[in-house]
Amino acid sequence: MATIRIPPVLRAQTGGQTEVEAAGGNVGEVLRALTAAHPATEEQLFGPEGDLNRYVNVYLNDEDVRVLDGLDTGVSDSDTVIIMPAMAGG
Amino acid sequence: MTTQIKQQVEEIEAFEAAQEIEGGDVVLVDTREPHEYQEAHLENGKLVPPGLLADEIAAAAPDKSARTILYCRSGNRSYIAAQQLEALGYTDVASMAGGILAWQEQGLPVVAASGMTAEQRDRYSRHTLLPEVGVDGQLKMLNAKVLLVGAGGLGAPTALYLAAAGIGTIGLVDDDVVDASNLQRQVIHNTERIGTPKTQSARLTIEALNPDVDVVEHNFRLDSSNIVELLSEYDLIVDGADNFPTRYLLNDASVRLRKPVVSASILSFDGQISTFVPFEGPCYRCLYPTPPPAELAPSCSANGVLGVMAGQMGLLQANEVLKLVLGIGEPLIGRLLLYEALSTRFTELKVRRDPHCPICGEDAPEIPDSELGKFPDYDAFCAG
Repeated sequence: MATIRIPPVLRAQTGGQTEVEAAGGNVGEVLRALTAAHPATEEQLFGPEGDLNRYVNVYLNDEDVRVLDGLDTGVSDSDTVIIMPAMAGG
Repeated sequence: MTTQIKQQVEEIEAFEAAQEIEGGDVVLVDTREPHEYQEAHLENGKLVPPGLLADEIAAAAPDKSARTILYCRSGNRSYIAAQQLEALGYTDVASMAGGILAWQEQGLPVVAASGMTAEQRDRYSRHTLLPEVGVDGQLKMLNAKVLLVGAGGLGAPTALYLAAAGIGTIGLVDDDVVDASNLQRQVIHNTERIGTPKTQSARLTIEALNPDVDVVEHNFRLDSSNIVELLSEYDLIVDGADNFPTRYLLNDASVRLRKPVVSASILSFDGQISTFVPFEGPCYRCLYPTPPPAELAPSCSANGVLGVMAGQMGLLQANEVLKLVLGIGEPLIGRLLLYEALSTRFTELKVRRDPHCPICGEDAPEIPDSELGKFPDYDAFCAG
């Protein structure tokens, strides 16, 4: 299973977990596994059409999935998916 | 034999030499070696090394009746040179007793051929010792002008260390005053400064730390009417803002003016940092095309932040500034560094230029000042 790193602002919705394991062959499936296990994350990640929200960056290891195949980007067990909304605090 | 010789030439004390020099009409000759001269010398001192005296003194001191004062390191070489001058027909010669060592001990000023005073060479010696920095690098820092947007959590440590490093001009943009709750992380301020404008408080701390730094206070809120003029005055910018509208405004203006921005953010136990150099790498909008809604972007005052996060990310920002000023190392261009304090883990992500970026993309339109930092969907700006 791939590992998903949860950003601070979503940890309340994952019961405080900073990392969640999720099964799936591509990024979209892995994120849907997350929202299935923690439904409160769905609204933050996905828009009404099922697209990833533009203000949430998702990385497969160190690459933004937008430069790969978006939600269709393939994922293997050793991969890490990082969810990262912008932070403004200074 | 040396004692006998020493009774023949006039010797004067350093402060006497200083008075004569100030009075004018003195020819001042430095009788040391070139590397000593480079290190530090008296202003207007003309170098005539001992071995070249006979050849070069005529050019340095053409008038044999003019008052001629010689100095060296400790007074010995200049004494012997003074004797030689008298043998050559100079009639009004003196040697400075104790040399440049005595001069400096008496607090009198010296200059270096490199452009730094001896005090500066001492202050920055741990920098100039580094081959990658050297005197040239330190001079670059002394000549640099860096603007810090925000004199709070990130701005505080960044400003402190950039001042310590000798960044010659530091501008601070902040319209806030010091509050007790700031002191858990904004270490440039202190308890006595509560209620004082942050820019003023920061300036006071910096002036005490390093008088070489010129601190310019910009005690106002940045907006599209003032940002272009402000950014034009600086070489590079540090983004320590605490809200999205300012970050996007800063991005759009800095890309237009081609000013690099070192940008970090902090919340709870997490920090992010990247360096945006317009058109060389991505801009802030390439990374975050749209700001998040409020519930996904709480502020430190709502959510909390571990105090040390400000220091950790602020100093990474300062490090980026120094690398850019010096032109050394690898700045975080196209790289987003994530730091998690709880695990003390760093993660590096790649950031690419977005070819369709509305600000730095190839087909990006020119936008008027009033449109800088704007989005079609203004509701997005409830965040922060």
